[in-house]
Amino acid sequence: MNIIQNWGKYFLFLFSTIRNREPFRVYPSLILDEMVKIGTNSMVIVAIVSTFIGMVTCLQTADNLVSPLVPMSVIGTICRDMTLLELAPTFTCVVLAGKVGSNLAGEIGSMRITEQIDAIDVMGINSSSYLILPKIIAACIMIPALCILAAFLSLMGGYLIGEITGAISPTDFVAGIRNGFRPFNVFFALTKSFVFAFLISTISSYKGYFTLGGALEIGQASTKAVTNSVIGILIADLILAKIMI
Amino acid sequence: MIEIVNIKKAFGDREVLKGISGRFENGNNSLIIGASGTGKSVLLKCIVGLIQPDEGDVLFDGRSLFKSSVNEVKKIRREMGMLFQGSALFDSLSVFENVRFPLDMLMAEMSDGEKNDQVMHSLERVGLTPAAHKMPAEISGGMRKRVGIARAIVMNPKYLFCDEPNSGLDPMTSIKIDELISDITDEFNMTTIVVTHDMNSVMGIGEYVMFLHEGLKEWDGDSNSILHSKSQALREFVFASKIMEKLL
Repeated sequence: MNIIQNWGKYFLFLFSTIRNREPFRVYPSLILDEMVKIGTNSMVIVAIVSTFIGMVTCLQTADNLVSPLVPMSVIGTICRDMTLLELAPTFTCVVLAGKVGSNLAGEIGSMRITEQIDAIDVMGINSSSYLILPKIIAACIMIPALCILAAFLSLMGGYLIGEITGAISPTDFVAGIRNGFRPFNVFFALTKSFVFAFLISTISSYKGYFTLGGALEIGQASTKAVTNSVIGILIADLILAKIMI
Repeated sequence: MIEIVNIKKAFGDREVLKGISGRFENGNNSLIIGASGTGKSVLLKCIVGLIQPDEGDVLFDGRSLFKSSVNEVKKIRREMGMLFQGSALFDSLSVFENVRFPLDMLMAEMSDGEKNDQVMHSLERVGLTPAAHKMPAEISGGMRKRVGIARAIVMNPKYLFCDEPNSGLDPMTSIKIDELISDITDEFNMTTIVVTHDMNSVMGIGEYVMFLHEGLKEWDGDSNSILHSKSQALREFVFASKIMEKLL
């Protein structure tokens, strides 16, 4: 299937999630379930990754900042901007593309090959709206929240490692974080994470929804979901950087 | 009554259904039979609308499945129950919740108590009340099929579709499932279509039999006349087992 057909199929799939959707009363509990699966269950991995990334960023910045003319607080400023502009939204979403994306594609793909999706369709229920829409909404709420958590823990990691190793004092680190802070950067990070959340949830669901075959194809769908989501995130990252900064 | 009109379906260059027409009467157990790969399941999926045929139409008591409005199609779909080959139970829901699922989704006007009563009635009908709170992974293949039947009949459908209901079951369980389908069809006066290649089912519950061969309707009639058919393809299919020859 060529790229144009694939894009067309993807957009029709997105449209099918909102066209002839089920009554509103059906969705709140489904969205809450998905918020737990996508958000709460990903907190540990996000916390580990972001804390360590924050530590490494702080140490490497301190190691490279050898000029006595540059104040130490600049390390905190660099850590803050790197975290807000790139590491928290992009890196976290790449990690979540692996965890959440493969999970979504695997779950939906397995429902497809065991005819559970057909069973929903035969009942007269819009399967794409019932299954996919709550996942998209939950991802768009929870992934930006996880990015906020990632940004906080990343800066906390830098703060702690600076103090433990003596690379930068806590006072300098905090002064650096506060110096020249632009609230727009937080808005930018949240916008990015919202767009990435949409891409992860829709691409992965799309790959799972159209799985054909058996167990092997579910694995392939999961792999494609992750790779395509990561590519989507990187392209969107570049476009958003160009548009918004 | 369900009427299929000149159904054609191809996948790429491969023509699976080459123009099939037929009628399935109310209150009858109708069977679609044929060797593997002849298009039985594709035909059933066209009848329930899971696959859009390239040509032709399916009429449910005169209402077209493919030319009606979305709301009309939803109405028709809500009169259908289907038992899938692998039962298609939702893994994350218990047996009770699986059977209750269509009521929760489609019957907002029913109270919780009424829904629970309806579910228990369906489970009782298939003899699975004690397994109500088990998960699908905890029950046998035969029980899964019965849960599938309970879910299919919980909305009191007018039309029941069964895709290979005996696949993967031992002969005794197969006969029980066949009998259950037959009894339910009589009890609810449904139009039932069963896709199978099991000759026991054909002889046991088939009131009207349609035989498919190479994407075409090769023969149709009642199960009594199937043994005396002149169709070479049907005779090869029926008498593949020596037991059937002895029966004759």
